[in-house]
Amino acid sequence: MKPLRIVAALVVLLLLGFGGFVAFRMLQPLPDGLDLARSKQSAAGLFIVAVEPEDGKMQRGPLHAWIASVSNPDGTPVADATIAIDGGMPQHGHGLPTEPRATGSTAPGKYRIEGVKFNMGGWWVLKLKIEAGGKTDTAEFNLVL
Amino acid sequence: MPKTRLIALMSLALVAGCEPSPLTPQELETAKSLALMSLEPIPPSPSNAQADNPQAAALGAKIFFDAGFSGNGAVACATCHLPDRQLQDDLPLAKGVGTTDRRSMPLLGAAWSPFLFWDGHKDSLWSQALGPLESPVEHGATRTFHARHIAGQYKAEYEAIFGTFPDAKDWPAHAGPGGTKEEQTAWQVLPENTRKEIDQVFANIGKSLEAFQRTLPLLQTRFDIFIEALAKGQNPEPDQSLNTQEIAGFQLFTGKGECINCHNGPRLTDDHFHNTGVGEVAGLPKDRGRAAAIALLDSDPFNCLGAYSDAAPGQCGELQFMSRDEHEFERAFKPPSLRGAAARPPYMHSGQISSIEAVVEHYSLAPEAPSGHTELKPLNLTTEEKAALIAFLHTLDPL
Repeated sequence: MKPLRIVAALVVLLLLGFGGFVAFRMLQPLPDGLDLARSKQSAAGLFIVAVEPEDGKMQRGPLHAWIASVSNPDGTPVADATIAIDGGMPQHGHGLPTEPRATGSTAPGKYRIEGVKFNMGGWWVLKLKIEAGGKTDTAEFNLVL
Repeated sequence: MPKTRLIALMSLALVAGCEPSPLTPQELETAKSLALMSLEPIPPSPSNAQADNPQAAALGAKIFFDAGFSGNGAVACATCHLPDRQLQDDLPLAKGVGTTDRRSMPLLGAAWSPFLFWDGHKDSLWSQALGPLESPVEHGATRTFHARHIAGQYKAEYEAIFGTFPDAKDWPAHAGPGGTKEEQTAWQVLPENTRKEIDQVFANIGKSLEAFQRTLPLLQTRFDIFIEALAKGQNPEPDQSLNTQEIAGFQLFTGKGECINCHNGPRLTDDHFHNTGVGEVAGLPKDRGRAAAIALLDSDPFNCLGAYSDAAPGQCGELQFMSRDEHEFERAFKPPSLRGAAARPPYMHSGQISSIEAVVEHYSLAPEAPSGHTELKPLNLTTEEKAALIAFLHTLDPL
């Protein structure tokens, strides 16, 4: 790498580092090693569960929908699941501001969750309780806004 | 000098030589989220088909200032929502025909709120407007009285917007479900179809008032001008800049103070409900706030899912998905917009706190709530920090 690029990279890193420090200072510190994965095994390993905002953007303020994808450990979609949603802000001790519900399936194994709202920035937890084929399991997702 | 060292020195000089910005890039991003430049257009009001009809707004403006919509002929909406006082009245408890249990809310920005009133017991601005009109201590009149006043004074304007006015010749002068015993009896004996006709006119009064209030803009502040200039990479004019103390206040607001948790976005409210340990007022009934509002919303014939709503059920998401956890909402109230708040004491839902200094002290001390649980934790602010927060809040005063 040429010296110019090294110096430029160092300057950029310096600026990014400073910005990161400020961002950290302005939020309540997050727990170390917080798992921010949007796709994971459910707690007992019965399902693979993924969550994403329907329009790709997690946002503060308006009601919006999320898509929960549920599959078996072998990757086949779980098409007949019943999903209950709970959650909140662990650092603030309050729950979700709304009562989101799974309102229908958009494709095999994909469930539309309507009524999601995040009224403030910070660390949110979204908890899904999934029942399908006589099996019940849970999956918790950490979301940072 | 070797080339590498020369480049390194030039790079450092470049960084050091920048005009020192009063805000870091991250702080500027946060500030932009609070400034008017981030304000989204007013959301649609699907339950009111006339919400953006200028004719309805014009009729709403007349109704807003007309004291004829009151039992004593002396109370209009503008009595408590004064146009030159941020559409509020500076009183701890609103005074109409009598005295209410709550403080008048400023109306600027209300059109963005999914739930109205301190406890959010209404889910649209048109439905909100109906509450004070029928309250015995506010306008002090019944819905039949108000509908007859439309027939007498505004029939042509009404019909141009809402169609033919029903035949009102047999309507009693005073009848409504929430009035005196006589007024309630007069209401109950009316044929169901007549009650529905009166309800529809009454709802349309609210819809006109909403159309008017949707035309009220949020007012620009020094904070907005300052942040917009910084966001554009311009140097703000000296008289439009925030000084060191005001910037320190902004940093407290968005940092240690955690004010931004609930006072976020360009209206500086999260439109939700919070218990912040505000005290009770001697002589007033216990106020459960949002906890008591949930049942009112669900049973309200003028809600988004009701017969007088123009919305399809799928457009009523705020009502359908609202949290109904009364326990979580015990004594929770809506954070008002902080735009202009420093200039409009007294504070809180029943005017419990008389000055902005005492408000900041309240948040610094975080007292226990009379019921439910406060969300606050003591901030233990220093004297300088309190002064800085107040200085920052004044940068949100309307110009």
